[in-house]
Amino acid sequence: MSTIVEPVTCSFCGCVCDDLSAEVDNSRIVRVRGACSSGLGMFTGYDPAPRKPTVDGQEVTWEEAVAEAAAILKGAHSPLIYGLSSTASEAQRKAVELADRIGAVIDSTSSVCHGPSGLAMQAVGEPTCTLGEIRDRADLIVFWGCNPDASHLRHFARFSLTPKGALTTNGRQDRTVYVVDVRPTGTTKRADHFLQVDVGSDFEVLTTLRLLVRGKEPDVESVGGIPVADLAELAQRLKSCRFGVAFMGMGLTMTAARQLNVAELFTLVSELNQYTRFSVMPMRGHGNVAGADQVLSWTTGYPFAVSFARGYPQFSPGEFSAVDMLVRQATDAALIIASDPGAHFPRAAAQYLSEIPTIVLDHAESVTASHAQVVFPTAVYGVDASGTAYRMDNIPIPLHKVIETERVTDEDVLQRIIEAVQ
Amino acid sequence: MLGIIGGRIYDPQNGRDGEIGDIWVRDGRVVTAQEIDRERAQIIDATGMVIMPGGVDIHSHIVGAKVNSGRKLRPEDHRGHERARVGNLRSGVEGTVPTTHVTGYLYSEMGYTTVMEAATAPLVARHTHEELEDMPNLDKGVFITMGNNHFIMECIRDQQYERARDYVAWLLGASKGYAIKIVNPGGVENWKWGRNVGELDDEVIGYEGVTPRQIVQTLARINDDLGLPHVPHIHGINLGKSTSARTTVETIAALEGRRAHFCHLQFLSYGAGKGGVHRSEAAQVAEAVNAHPNVTVDIGQVIFGSTTTMTSDGPLQFSLHQTTGNKWVNDDVESESGGGIVPIAYKAANPINATMWLAGLELFLLIDDPWRVFLTTDHPNGGPFTRYPQVIRLLMDRGYREEMFAGINARARKGALLPELEREYSLRDIAIITRAGPARVLGLRNKGHLGVGAAADIAVYRDLADREAMFARPAYVFKGGELVARDGKVVAELPGRTLYVAPAYDKSIEAEVDEYFKRAYTLSLASYSVLGESVRGAERVECGARS
Amino acid sequence: MGERFTLITGRTRKQAIGLHKGKASPEYREATSYVEMSPDDMQRLGLVDGALVQVHSVAGSARLTARTGTVPSGLVFVPMGTEINALIPAETGGTGMPPFKGLEVDVSRDDGGGETL
Repeated sequence: MSTIVEPVTCSFCGCVCDDLSAEVDNSRIVRVRGACSSGLGMFTGYDPAPRKPTVDGQEVTWEEAVAEAAAILKGAHSPLIYGLSSTASEAQRKAVELADRIGAVIDSTSSVCHGPSGLAMQAVGEPTCTLGEIRDRADLIVFWGCNPDASHLRHFARFSLTPKGALTTNGRQDRTVYVVDVRPTGTTKRADHFLQVDVGSDFEVLTTLRLLVRGKEPDVESVGGIPVADLAELAQRLKSCRFGVAFMGMGLTMTAARQLNVAELFTLVSELNQYTRFSVMPMRGHGNVAGADQVLSWTTGYPFAVSFARGYPQFSPGEFSAVDMLVRQATDAALIIASDPGAHFPRAAAQYLSEIPTIVLDHAESVTASHAQVVFPTAVYGVDASGTAYRMDNIPIPLHKVIETERVTDEDVLQRIIEAVQ
Repeated sequence: MLGIIGGRIYDPQNGRDGEIGDIWVRDGRVVTAQEIDRERAQIIDATGMVIMPGGVDIHSHIVGAKVNSGRKLRPEDHRGHERARVGNLRSGVEGTVPTTHVTGYLYSEMGYTTVMEAATAPLVARHTHEELEDMPNLDKGVFITMGNNHFIMECIRDQQYERARDYVAWLLGASKGYAIKIVNPGGVENWKWGRNVGELDDEVIGYEGVTPRQIVQTLARINDDLGLPHVPHIHGINLGKSTSARTTVETIAALEGRRAHFCHLQFLSYGAGKGGVHRSEAAQVAEAVNAHPNVTVDIGQVIFGSTTTMTSDGPLQFSLHQTTGNKWVNDDVESESGGGIVPIAYKAANPINATMWLAGLELFLLIDDPWRVFLTTDHPNGGPFTRYPQVIRLLMDRGYREEMFAGINARARKGALLPELEREYSLRDIAIITRAGPARVLGLRNKGHLGVGAAADIAVYRDLADREAMFARPAYVFKGGELVARDGKVVAELPGRTLYVAPAYDKSIEAEVDEYFKRAYTLSLASYSVLGESVRGAERVECGARS
Repeated sequence: MGERFTLITGRTRKQAIGLHKGKASPEYREATSYVEMSPDDMQRLGLVDGALVQVHSVAGSARLTARTGTVPSGLVFVPMGTEINALIPAETGGTGMPPFKGLEVDVSRDDGGGETL
């Protein structure tokens, strides 16, 4: 006998869609309504069968696993805690508490995603808004170096392209859409204007836009492969729209100047507010990476790449960020929470991670877990555990328990490890 | 069981003005001596010391989305102000945007035990409550911003008062808030169009006939009808502008006798001066406050030094960015609010900053009734709350005031009122403006005093001639009868409580709100409301009809 | 023997779907082990869809399947995932961020070149 459970919230990506429903039969999710193809797998691809924790591949009791994890962390000179972006804020808070108590370095996937956007915000500020403001008011949308068609599948329909809002009553028609990218994508197909930029040339293009917005005329024909005439037209639109927004992504954070690219965009957006209202929004990738930034900021003052080694928080991206800690071999034990750096990190970093004692908290057998000493199979927040996630615009949204399983949560496991290390 | 004996007790609510006496504590409350078994009680000898209720901060930006953006924005404010972990206590950072645990510790170290978070948009209330769970040693409440709320403005436009009233009642419970907060009514909405308001009768764009005056009057009436423990808490229009004193006085008049609290009044007490430098109009504003017993205020005193401005006043924050050139965060919140953050530095040598400093002190010294004027710096806007002891010294010690006055910009000194103001606050006055008075207008019956039944939130200070040193380093601080600080250093961490109200309302509003959500927001009502959820440490405070 | 290209990596729908099935799953492998190239570049290198190519960077190499894509000439795209990480250096230039986009690589036909899998 199946029942409908709602509301159901998906936290796969930064959209954190909270309008789903699930059909549950005998503690199994048989169908989910409303999820996109990327989020659906969170519910249907997850096997919540109870699994025991393992140490060196052998099943052990929870007490034994916790004791082993505590021993590894206490015995380390320089433990690293990493991941966090796919777990709830309640668990993130526990992770920071643990890092504080053992003097660990703690970092989230921000450092390989929107860390540069955070650095840009620290340098020049960030004029932003919540997604409802965009849906209701924005008549000019710019997607810069991002591809929501592939990464945030319901973004166009819920927020940025087609929905009808208070002042955008005609939906798509009321919006002018620009995309700046290095190649055509599913997103560029939806745009009114596609400006194809040369890889690594975003900074020059952004600076040129700032000049054009100020009424200056560059003495070149094109910048970064884009005709200046096209940029001049964009600049005019940027200044004269009613309410504009620039969504930005990895095209800016991962290329060439990284945080300097982002800072140039943030500065442009700041300056546009002298003429009209304009906001910028980083397209946060993972469902609760915004939460990781928030939790780390309120407990340490800094959003990622934090070290407690001296007994107080220190912030140093490039030094305490996980890739750097690993490739420099500056850490000798790792606790990986709801993340798979073994699969996603540059090989040299992943390789070193597989060589040091590692503890993993994850719902499935990740690549990282396959090289780990201690593995805790935990629940998925939003499926068989409830908790809080922060949407890409920083709105906190509850994740609900849809099915009852025997899985423990990341929060539970971390609490037990905290008790065991003291 | 605890006895604090032989100290000079300042408990203005109960008429004690420095008389030597004892305070007895049992099970977290103040009790009579008869209820104590002296053999088993811990006795603190407070001979030569001053005993006061724990401090009550009526307005401070300490938690939530805006504050946390401020933390993320300012690594440069944190560096060099770190606090190392000690025993079981957490590490973190101090400075003008301290981390949550450290905020609790810093307040303990000053003898404060209750703090009100000054402004949270209900859409992000859940975030505020999460941070409050990570803030020990304090009882707290959250003020919920409503002055630019679309549902309320629609009700005003459509002249549907009861609908607005039921919505506000629902909203307070849904956000587990403590009070109605109004920030630049109408102006924050207009900022979403790149504009602002300048007069009480300016129209809010998109809301025909809705004005700041109506927003204030409606919410003040709702506050009374719901019997909320606090009064509407108002950050008025024109903050920072030379028209502010005039419109502050007009806003007071617009209340037509209804009770309200005006926050960080200093920032709203300016007139036009020469050469673009504002003048302090503290005299004019103080006169209006004195003449209207329905009004309470907190000052928002400026402290010379670097700090971080952060308010829900979006257009104000943009103009601060324009005038200072400093980095700027803005956050427009759908259907209800906005805000921004800009770092700032107040310099004694700067004529405008010096005038602001003067305006705050003048207000303190010209408002007659200490029960209606409270000590704040609008942390961190005027300066960090850790500088409250400096303000206390300025109020109590005219010589110190004169010394500081001599060091401020010469132009600002010329013709300033401050040198003529001889008044010095007494310890009793300080106990009122930092404890008894705020507790009373907040409707916190068990706080701010040491009568039998009061919460055992107690601060014991050494009676030092340097009043700043005295109040910066209490000898003992108790929260609910437990020692949390000793000699100005935190020694224990206890969970505090989050006080909230959930006034009754006509249930039919719920279906309307559900419909409204579908068009006004981008998340579901179920995600928005914390109504049915348990917030750790939350405690409901009853509403009652106004007497 | 190969030609110099600029590599970008990124998210795709199929990579996300494959992710939930597990990184050892055929869906994930298929979704993350191809390289998109422009038609001109493929023709010049004598490649057809499905041909195996070797991609080398300063950090390492990977064997991927060529596929015609909408990238401009000179650019190649590989979905983020386990395959491509052999190529990404762990050098972050002090930013914490490795060069997941804009990396110089050499692409050449693999031995046995031009055969469809």
